[in-house]
Amino acid sequence: MRLESMYQDVILDHYKNPHGRGLRPGDAEVHHVNPTCGDEITLRVRLDGSTVADVSYEGQGCSISQASASVLNELLVGKELAEARRIQETFLELMQSKGRLEPDDAMEDLLEDAVAFAGVSKYPARVKCALLSWMAWKEATAQAQVHKEAA
Amino acid sequence: MTDARAGLPGLPAGLLDTEAIRKDFPILDRVLHDGKKLVYLDNAASSQKPRQVLDAMNTYYERHHANVHRGVHVLAEEATELYEGARDKVAAFINAPSRDEVIFTKNASESLNLVANMLGWADEPYRVDSGTEIVITEMEHHSNIVPWQLLAQRTGARLKWFGLTDEGRLDLSTIDGIITERTKIVSFTLVSNILGTLNPVREIVRRAHEVGALVLIDASQAAPHAVLDVQDLGADFVAFTGHKMCGPTGIGVLWGRHELLEDLPPFLGGGEMIETVSMNSSTYAPAPHKFEAGTPPIAQAVGLGAAVDYLSGIGMDRIAAHEHALTEYALARLAEVPELRIIGPATAEDRGAAISFTLGDIHPHDVGQVLDEQGIAVRVGHHCARPVCLRYGIPATTRASFYLYTSPAEVDALVDGLEYVRRFFG
Repeated sequence: MRLESMYQDVILDHYKNPHGRGLRPGDAEVHHVNPTCGDEITLRVRLDGSTVADVSYEGQGCSISQASASVLNELLVGKELAEARRIQETFLELMQSKGRLEPDDAMEDLLEDAVAFAGVSKYPARVKCALLSWMAWKEATAQAQVHKEAA
Repeated sequence: MTDARAGLPGLPAGLLDTEAIRKDFPILDRVLHDGKKLVYLDNAASSQKPRQVLDAMNTYYERHHANVHRGVHVLAEEATELYEGARDKVAAFINAPSRDEVIFTKNASESLNLVANMLGWADEPYRVDSGTEIVITEMEHHSNIVPWQLLAQRTGARLKWFGLTDEGRLDLSTIDGIITERTKIVSFTLVSNILGTLNPVREIVRRAHEVGALVLIDASQAAPHAVLDVQDLGADFVAFTGHKMCGPTGIGVLWGRHELLEDLPPFLGGGEMIETVSMNSSTYAPAPHKFEAGTPPIAQAVGLGAAVDYLSGIGMDRIAAHEHALTEYALARLAEVPELRIIGPATAEDRGAAISFTLGDIHPHDVGQVLDEQGIAVRVGHHCARPVCLRYGIPATTRASFYLYTSPAEVDALVDGLEYVRRFFG
């Protein structure tokens, strides 16, 4: 059934038991909203040299947006920035694929749980939900780097 | 024409024969995802179109199209007659004292923006500037908030608004303090697109006119559903849109009192709105043309005229009775769904046929997605009325909205669908 292709068990698990939720100290904070549906996220990034030391977040929104933030936390915390960026870019590519991209082994290895969002890419109205935290992370990370350099 | 089910227990009287009406709307036969019948409950966003409207627009393009008001050839005359004929139909539909008081715009947003801009450029006594006040309400659609915020920012006027009660109604307890001698314009919605609330026009109009303020009513959610009599409303301007009332997109209406339309300045300049033009200055055509610069939405006006004929043929009072009965039935059925909270008036009194609700902790986006899988189209989000969501401390709502072709069986399908949503996320 179509519905299960979007609401994979992995996604529903992350929605019901989110990883790393709650705001903790960070080097930068951003607030992103999805104006069409009212999803909101406040997200902080803490860097330790070139490592993503923490991504903390608080927000409200649909299962897709909330689960996506949980997956992001699980996937990116502890990674080198270059690797984290590669994951973010690959996730973006998957989400913009309109369901036409069949994840291969390399992509599955890279994206882990985030690969479960492949089905969401078929729903244009929901792609923004899945990307909300990832766009917030991208901006917060850029700001955190600027702050670090200035310091 | 009453529904065969009307006599069954639990179903109120007054329902239309939706089975017959639905034959006029080809789109309602659509079957979605694996054989699910379309249940279209997003009428507050846009209504579907009967074949009569589609045919009128097709015939116009196939037989009569030319630009209006300027040619001397047959097609130009026919197109002009059809376009101006649509104005006559709309004028009769809203009981306007004069056809010249009906201005065609592209939608209700443009109608509301047009008034805001007229007042920003107007001379005394209408002029909105610093030292004057604009009054709206907390339940407005963004299209009746943002134009006034823009006007306030540009002129230095102060923007004020009526708040809402916990029951989803306007709090008019401090009306004399909100509408004051400084108020130039009071603009409010007749029926809320998110709460469904029908607002008390008389009390607001009385106070506004007492202090010499103009009144603009956003009737976008009212014109499609009940008799709209601009003389009875007593307002100075009334705005609404065509596509929510069986007409096409791209056509809206602004009705305004004749002497105001004569006094107030035009906003958009261009062809058709002028009398004479020289390089130094121009004089303007009388209303309504003064406010219709450029080639108008001719086919859309023809479509709206056909929509007005269609609705009048069924009878606006009967449509209102149908929707009232259906809303009463839906409110009772929705009350059976555990953890469902209605956002807005909980009874069908003084209320339209749009019902917003939350369902436990399940986000409306997820509710809408799982309903869609069952062929049920609802609206989710803040419905361009984010201040209402903030007021009630919710991120968004799910909204089901009915129309003349909505049947009690579709309300049942919604209730069953919501039960399925609860199981899915349970």
